Amino acid sequence: VPLDAARLRRDFPLLHPAPDGTPLVYLDNAATTQKPHVVLDAIQRYYETSNANVHRGAYDLAVRATAAYEQARRRVAAFVNAWTPEGVVFTRGTTEAINLVAASWGRANVRAGDCVVVTAMDHHSNLVPWQLLCQEKGAALRMVEVTPDGRIDLEDFDRALARGPRLVAFPHVSNALGTIVPAADLARRARSAGAVVVVDGAQSTPHLPVDLQAIDCDFYAFSGHKMLGPMGIGALVARPSLLEAMPPYQAGGEMIARVWDDHASWNQVPHKFEAGTPNVEGAVGLAAALDYLETVGRPAVAAHETALARHAIARLTELEGVTVYGPVTDRAGVVSFSLADVHPHDVATVLDQERVCVRAGHHCAQPLMRRLNVAATVRASFYVYNDAGDVDALVGALRKAAALFGVPV
Amino acid sequence: MTDLTELYQQVIIEHSRSPRNFRPVPDANRSAEGANPLCGDQISLQVRLEADRIADIGFQGSGCAISKAAASLMTGAVLGKTTAEAEDLFRRVQAMVTGRADVPADTAGLGKLAALAGVRAFPARVKCASLAWHTLHAALHGSERAVSTESPSD
Repeated sequence: VPLDAARLRRDFPLLHPAPDGTPLVYLDNAATTQKPHVVLDAIQRYYETSNANVHRGAYDLAVRATAAYEQARRRVAAFVNAWTPEGVVFTRGTTEAINLVAASWGRANVRAGDCVVVTAMDHHSNLVPWQLLCQEKGAALRMVEVTPDGRIDLEDFDRALARGPRLVAFPHVSNALGTIVPAADLARRARSAGAVVVVDGAQSTPHLPVDLQAIDCDFYAFSGHKMLGPMGIGALVARPSLLEAMPPYQAGGEMIARVWDDHASWNQVPHKFEAGTPNVEGAVGLAAALDYLETVGRPAVAAHETALARHAIARLTELEGVTVYGPVTDRAGVVSFSLADVHPHDVATVLDQERVCVRAGHHCAQPLMRRLNVAATVRASFYVYNDAGDVDALVGALRKAAALFGVPV
Repeated sequence: MTDLTELYQQVIIEHSRSPRNFRPVPDANRSAEGANPLCGDQISLQVRLEADRIADIGFQGSGCAISKAAASLMTGAVLGKTTAEAEDLFRRVQAMVTGRADVPADTAGLGKLAALAGVRAFPARVKCASLAWHTLHAALHGSERAVSTESPSD
């Protein structure tokens, strides 16, 4: 069943047209998404009916707050087919989830002379934590190259695996190019080589059906705000056996079992990794967002975005001065491009005057930008509420930018 | 909607396409690097200072139209000026581009630099316009550290 973007858009208060009727064309969904009424209402309802601190109150209200929080955990586990709900650790988002793995599993398992593998397509948040870990441990960091059309170079990936890395990290979908990475294939190769596999799912979980038991990685990280949920909530989903063996990440309340004067023992997984009062409103809002996406239908979401990206690429490449980056096939709803030699920030400023919101910059992927030989690109990224009309608005605004800067189109 | 032609005045477009003093400076005795990490704007500035006067100045680097034009216009404006005169211009340009958009900008005596006044209405672009000036400030003060628009000193 195709998705009715115009109807869905009415669920999003921020996307309602301006008083003068001008629509807001929001095409920065890879950065963050807008929120539907059901998510805003779920947060409001939580505070109006169920707010208390979780896992510690003896009264009914605290029991209800705890139930809402743990129900959200089970909701997340089902959404990505996690191994168990206990394998879902709530975090602030993808960045904290990856930092948790680096600080806990990484510090305990990576030693001097070991090798950690990342890719040239990784977001800084799946690169810099590994840089810091390798610097601290005296381990080697090996970056796998990308092909000219913006895919992970599989031959180079295998060469990197030949070094017997302790850990391999890669994105499921590139935030800068939209490339869909064959995650299950890469995870299988890396695990066969004896590595623990970390997948950055920030750009895949919102857009593709994700089945972690099929991907068969070890750690998977994602953010709620990129999938209609609130900011400040995300998850690390892990094989429970790995979590069991890992030392704590942050220390404090909730993560302990017993505390003596000079030492302590740890709570069960996942609570061992959730020190302090958690973001319950975030978890509740995220669960509502996942319900919304399931109602829309995740195969429909993926098909809609793929079609929209294909349409956008076709329309953009009609313009003589436009260069589109990334692969033609295996692409999620992200289109990175440049307009002749006009700097992406100048393009974005002109587009903003037409109420077209795009990202301009290095997309937190400077090693990738260097390989594409660009300082920055313009990025349009789509979600359930975007349609062909938004692409028309983008192309129309680009024509204005081209005219202003004297670029033939 | 703010008029884009206020931001992208013909002078800005022209200087961004054909920047002046876009070259290394022979016998430079002051230099600084500037970067706007959020945008990727980068500038490498060289100055030859003779008896406290800017005898030559040139820049290289990459960036958006605003940052390139601002650097080009700056080099033209401070050439032959004393360091104190250049610093005074820096303060006045800074006041102009960060001023309130609903109040006419004070551009008296700024000459072509007045073309940057339109930046006031685009807060996201103010850093692009001021990067070259921060870099000049660092060069004149012999500061060795790279200038960043994200540094706490802004």
